[in-house]
Amino acid sequence: MASYILKKSDLAEFVESLAGEFPAGVLGPVLKDGKMVLAAAAPEEFRLDFQNTTLSPKDLFFPQSEKMLEFDATPGGEGAFILEDVKEKPQRRLVLGIRPCDAKAFAVLDTIFTNDQYRDPYWADKREATTLIGLACNDPCATCFCTSVDTGPFYEEGLDALAVDLGDKLLLKSLTPKGEEVLNKAKGLAPAKAEDEARAQELQQQAEATITDKLEKDNIEKRSVMELFEAPHWDEVQERCLNCGVCTFVCPTCHCFDIQDEVQSGKGVRLRNWDYCMSWLFTQHGSGHNPRPDKKSRVRQRFMHKFKYIPMKRGGAIGCVGCGRCVTLCPVNIDVRDVVREMNA
Amino acid sequence: MGCTCKDEGRVKNPYRPYPVRIEQIVVETEDKNLRTYKLVFLKPEDEAAFAYMPGQFAELSIAGAGEIPIGIASSPTEKGFLLFTVNKVGAVTTVLHNMKEGDIMGVRGPLGNCYPLKDLEGKNLLIIAGGFAVTTLRSTIVWLLDPAHRSKYGKITFVYGARTPGSLLYKEEWEAWQQRDDIDCYITVDKEFPGWTGKVGFVPTVTAEVCPPAENTYALVCGPPIMIKFTQPVLEKAGFTPEQIIMSLENRMKCGIGICGRCNVGPEYVCKDGPVFTLAQLNQLPKEY
Repeated sequence: MASYILKKSDLAEFVESLAGEFPAGVLGPVLKDGKMVLAAAAPEEFRLDFQNTTLSPKDLFFPQSEKMLEFDATPGGEGAFILEDVKEKPQRRLVLGIRPCDAKAFAVLDTIFTNDQYRDPYWADKREATTLIGLACNDPCATCFCTSVDTGPFYEEGLDALAVDLGDKLLLKSLTPKGEEVLNKAKGLAPAKAEDEARAQELQQQAEATITDKLEKDNIEKRSVMELFEAPHWDEVQERCLNCGVCTFVCPTCHCFDIQDEVQSGKGVRLRNWDYCMSWLFTQHGSGHNPRPDKKSRVRQRFMHKFKYIPMKRGGAIGCVGCGRCVTLCPVNIDVRDVVREMNA
Repeated sequence: MGCTCKDEGRVKNPYRPYPVRIEQIVVETEDKNLRTYKLVFLKPEDEAAFAYMPGQFAELSIAGAGEIPIGIASSPTEKGFLLFTVNKVGAVTTVLHNMKEGDIMGVRGPLGNCYPLKDLEGKNLLIIAGGFAVTTLRSTIVWLLDPAHRSKYGKITFVYGARTPGSLLYKEEWEAWQQRDDIDCYITVDKEFPGWTGKVGFVPTVTAEVCPPAENTYALVCGPPIMIKFTQPVLEKAGFTPEQIIMSLENRMKCGIGICGRCNVGPEYVCKDGPVFTLAQLNQLPKEY
């Protein structure tokens, strides 16, 4: 795979030269209604001076609400109430400027949405139709702890290409055949020089060095499910937790969903909507019995899922990428880093 | 213990149900809350694709209402239809209970693992059921009694109990099994009822009376939590190890394929890694079911 240089002044030319390849558009980081988002916009609006998008970009592949199946809901109609696949298929799109932690989250979710037996077509089709060019973090946030959870500010897994901001220019490194294909077709690129690569390395070391928070997880791995489950510290975590679910809303790896049907004017759809493990209804049986009946069991589930269950089931992959959004937004200041330290203590 | 039912679900959309027609509805219990639905595939090729084993479940899918995970009560040895016995408890089951013969609905599956029947060849089986949890065990017994399978297994003992005679499912079938000499059936109700000539007593008590020697025997247990709680010590006293006790769990589900995140018990998804677990496995897991 090859490395290229793109002058920032040539960014618009770069984007425009690729626009024809991507019928679903070229998305990049833009400021919209006071929030950083990844969205289609004129290349001049793309920003490189941001720390991360306000929300996780998981909705690129897992929208908050999504049509799964449709049906004719005319009573007595021919073929009525038979659920059919949605006709529209996702089209090719290019996403610029996604942060490496969020791309790593996609790599983790790939192993969940496509498991040994089943392929979730809604997630997987969109993943396949999308090319991701990441933007390395030269300046991580104070709440970032990516280097503790098997990723990092320049991490490459989940991306097709990675851009590093070298001041007035970007170093672009292709990482997959999909990424290489895009960079080959793009205009405005020149081959990278050894000094550019050396500068990128330097920036990587500096960025990694600013993330001083280090989490140990070796005991979590060694301890049994029951030992972690029955540990006393959950009593303290649950005292503060409101089960509000904002952590799950902003989390790039939280992927639980509900399925609901809607009928309007003779047309029916089956939808999937984001759901969250902090809700009592999430696990409530029809009989009224609830296997996770209280706040404690629900907040514990979230951390156990990310730091014990996913690693056990997905070859060690951790269900957290250290983006720190939940740390910033939790209304009662529950810090996932503290919880992991307690689990590992 | 492994199950032998893992199929290749990666080619098709695993969320799209097969269309089926309700061929017959049988009211099973006195209170009319349990009905058995006989479903026939609209497309013959779907029936071939729906290859299942006893213990697996499916999502019954009613467009406009939603889906419910229900154990498959028919046996794969019964061709041309599927059976599901459904208790009326919530929104979707209520809609289903209002549907008529001839109506169109959907079935998505088969889902989950099955009873490890391959590994149980050569063993004696003690099958214990309580209330309406008997469904997938009906599937198992029909499968075991099929001439192609019966000779591969040792002695089969079946204990089945319900509160009242009117709440026992599949009456004609267990009456027929009682006439056979290749299965010992003990059907019991909680207390005396006029006209009831069968056994009287709770399932754990009857199990203690008729329990075969634990050696080379495996127990398949399905029932309400209270029955399981009191049956477990009976089996332990009789010498059954946790590896010899096989159970089936249920939890709230949506996707049924190990993705949507709600039915887990520790790291195991009841929908995909289960619903069948040995007691030895469950002893390592939180009681979140």
